Amino acid sequence: MFDSPDLILDYLVSASFLHAAGMTLMITLVSMAWGMLIGLLIALGQEWNRPGLNVLIVAYLWLFRGTPVLFQIIFIFNVLPAMGILFSGFTSAVLALALNEAAYIAEIFRSGIEAVGKGQRTAGRSLGMKNWQVMRHIVLPQALRTVIPPIGNQFLGMLKLSALVSVIGVEDLLLTANQTASANFRYFEALTAAGVFYLAMTTLFMFGQSWLERKVNPRRGNAGATKGKSLTQRLLGMTANTGA
Amino acid sequence: MTHAATAPATTVPPGSAKASAPLLYQVRSLYKSFGTFQALKSIDLTVPTGSTTVLIGPSGSGKSTLLRCLNLLEPINEGSILFNNQEIGTVVRDAYRIRRQVAMVFQNFELFQHLSAVENIMLAPMKVKGVPRLEAHDRALALLEKVRIPDKADSYPDELSGGQQQRVAIARALAMDPMAMLYDEPTSALDPEMIREVLDVMTELSQGGMTSICVTHELAFARRAADQIVFMEQGEVVEARPTEQFFSGTGSPRTRAFLDQILH
Repeated sequence: MFDSPDLILDYLVSASFLHAAGMTLMITLVSMAWGMLIGLLIALGQEWNRPGLNVLIVAYLWLFRGTPVLFQIIFIFNVLPAMGILFSGFTSAVLALALNEAAYIAEIFRSGIEAVGKGQRTAGRSLGMKNWQVMRHIVLPQALRTVIPPIGNQFLGMLKLSALVSVIGVEDLLLTANQTASANFRYFEALTAAGVFYLAMTTLFMFGQSWLERKVNPRRGNAGATKGKSLTQRLLGMTANTGA
Repeated sequence: MTHAATAPATTVPPGSAKASAPLLYQVRSLYKSFGTFQALKSIDLTVPTGSTTVLIGPSGSGKSTLLRCLNLLEPINEGSILFNNQEIGTVVRDAYRIRRQVAMVFQNFELFQHLSAVENIMLAPMKVKGVPRLEAHDRALALLEKVRIPDKADSYPDELSGGQQQRVAIARALAMDPMAMLYDEPTSALDPEMIREVLDVMTELSQGGMTSICVTHELAFARRAADQIVFMEQGEVVEARPTEQFFSGTGSPRTRAFLDQILH
């Protein structure tokens, strides 16, 4: 079953796998970008607290968190054309993933916003700031710090979720690996190559998250706390000071 | 039951310069309720420009609520607040315009945790008044000098002691060039050895002519800095009198009972 390890290397540098990995990465990044934007707007909408809007938002969260993503992908790709709305596979995939993601990100942002003490807002208002200024300059910057770890989770989740789009024929990493293998029955090699790509990308995301956490936390080198430590330092069990 | 405060005239001693000063605040028949709870009942209060008023009274007496009404952090239900000869009790949408002219200092400091001391002070002048960054920075450093912690400019709130945080908060409030400073129990969250450094800064401001209204239990500060003392209980002003008279032991029985309680 495993008589040509070179084949894995061939796959890793082959145009079709690289292209597929790029497609997976692209779907992940575009879906997350839209998901975060829409999620932020939903969270802010909830903060705004207008009865009519609240009903719409709750309905949205209920719908997208209450049905499988796979269902949403297939629905957008197969049902909407019947209503005259025709999207490419890529667009359908990103649309479904982004709308679904937004529902989860909205809750993450909401918890981050609510974690900022009420007194902080009062202090901002007492300085004569308008509500949006308080949100922009005081609440969101502090909320950002608390939401980075869960958002990082969502990035990793999205990378893996993106494999679902293979069901509507988008040439992502999983579909490419599967098709390649079905041509010569070298499943082990093809899937290993895909797995290496997935792991490489998730590793990249984890380092990105760690870098971002340190960037928004202005103080570095606070001994004892996990904040201020890079991922390598955390992995190697070092304190920030010895690692510096 | 007599209501000394119902007399509309200021309680600042006649003959003093402050007695003839224009009134910065003139509160008439102010009512405020939270649901069915009457937090403030028929409050009358006058605050001459440049004077210092200390609000005292047992907890739950409405002192902090009154303070929050004065800069429209709480909307009032009834009555009138004349601020600088302008009726602000009815202002709702443009409340932020009024708040720009009055600064507030909180019991728990409420420094912005994601900003350094100097950035805390710079934020509102830059974002609210459009002051250029460099100018705001210079001003912030000067204010830190004024509250005697110039070396903490780049420290973050969680690196500062309570007393230092509160002094940064005072500097942050001053950065808006307010017409009045409202202090809401500014030393209640502080360790005893840090209370002094904050009160010294407040006294200095007060003696420099900053109109100040302060909710506090620090009677020594009240004696030293206040022009008038307002005693509140159960949402009402029991009496408002010039500082010396207030401590002369001739006040209402309720006031004397309260003073006895916290002095002994």
